[in-house]
Amino acid sequence: MEYNFRFAAVLRYWDEIVEGVLLTLQLSATTMVIGLAIGLGVAALSTSSNPWLRLPARGYVELIRNTPLLVQLFIVFFGLPSLGVRLNANDAAVIALSINLGAYGAEIIRAGIESIRRSQVEAGRALGLTALQTFRHVVLFQALKAIYPALASQFVLLMLATSIVSAIGASELFHQAAFIESRTFRSFEAYTLITISYLGLTLGFRLLFSAIYWLVFVRRPAR
Amino acid sequence: MIREFALADVGFLLLATRWTLLLALTAAIGGGVFGLIVAIFRVVPAAPLNWLAIGYINLIQGTPLLGQLFVFFFGLPLLGLSVDAWTAAALALSIYASAFFAEIWRGSLQSVPQRQWEAGASLGLTYGQRFRYVIIPQAIRISIPPTVGFLVQLVKNTSLAALIGFVELTRASQIMTAATFAPLQVYLVAAAIYFAICFGLSQLSRVVEGRIHVSR
Repeated sequence: MEYNFRFAAVLRYWDEIVEGVLLTLQLSATTMVIGLAIGLGVAALSTSSNPWLRLPARGYVELIRNTPLLVQLFIVFFGLPSLGVRLNANDAAVIALSINLGAYGAEIIRAGIESIRRSQVEAGRALGLTALQTFRHVVLFQALKAIYPALASQFVLLMLATSIVSAIGASELFHQAAFIESRTFRSFEAYTLITISYLGLTLGFRLLFSAIYWLVFVRRPAR
Repeated sequence: MIREFALADVGFLLLATRWTLLLALTAAIGGGVFGLIVAIFRVVPAAPLNWLAIGYINLIQGTPLLGQLFVFFFGLPLLGLSVDAWTAAALALSIYASAFFAEIWRGSLQSVPQRQWEAGASLGLTYGQRFRYVIIPQAIRISIPPTVGFLVQLVKNTSLAALIGFVELTRASQIMTAATFAPLQVYLVAAAIYFAICFGLSQLSRVVEGRIHVSR
């Protein structure tokens, strides 16, 4: 093996890497907010007793969870223009990622709602709380505690999955690898460095999320 | 020359699907063998092996699969191996699968109650015998539903191999789109094929899960 590794050549593009990290965080955060809003709505529909509401919600979740994100992305970015909907790469990325996350978020939230025992609600009502008060003081905190770990790991999975939108040229961290490669012709070094950057992000967020869990749910007793 | 997207083209996509299935199968077998070794490293009472396995699992689960694919695609030739897209994809997906299988199987091994180990010890079985005759048979049962569930992820993730140029279902759809200029139809057909495979596997996992609970 006569290959000279030149990580220094790639490290000169430090500014581009930092910019990529910020873009990825921005994309992940935007997607998380929109995706969870979709997930909340779909979870409400899929626990409804009306089949006209429940079945479409279930269908959406199954369709999204059983097809690859890359194909969903291609349908939004390359497919929708033939229906007259033209999106730039960044918008298409947010839309495809949010629709994708919506299905996974819905399942997490549904599991959270179902994890609260019926007797908890009845106990709240028996104490004379209104339905809203029962939800606010009895159900909400427990449900949040139940779904928090799943949501935290979903955020990390989402952050790793955003790398896929580089396939349509949306701007985020992985896209920067292609840029650096085109400038330095150091493919291996560029992709290795970018891949390792994701590891830093993942470990950092895992630490942050467990710290938040401890502060919010462990240290303070449940009210 | 642009032509219509016709029924024969669906046949082209179906033919490409066998590469998707073959890639998923290869990764499942390769990842299964390697994942089993990592899972055992993770649970045996030897701290250095435990840490090695934990580090490996975190490295793979903490980086994007797309990154792993590119690192293998560009990295293996540097080791003097001539690597085509198939080899790089099969290797990267096997490594990726091994980390997830290891975690799934570690969970299954550890969810067998501690008392089972103690019961085995009190019968005079050695560590190896307890592992082989008491723990493994119970752990296998627990592990089947999440293992099948992960296979769905694996089938979906083979689509990323398209981005290093391996012609499977997604790459074939890109090629077909260039020929027919009917991206919406082509990608919807591709999605339908993926759905048929993955939904089938999901249902299988549910059936198996039901069976296991009944037999308990």
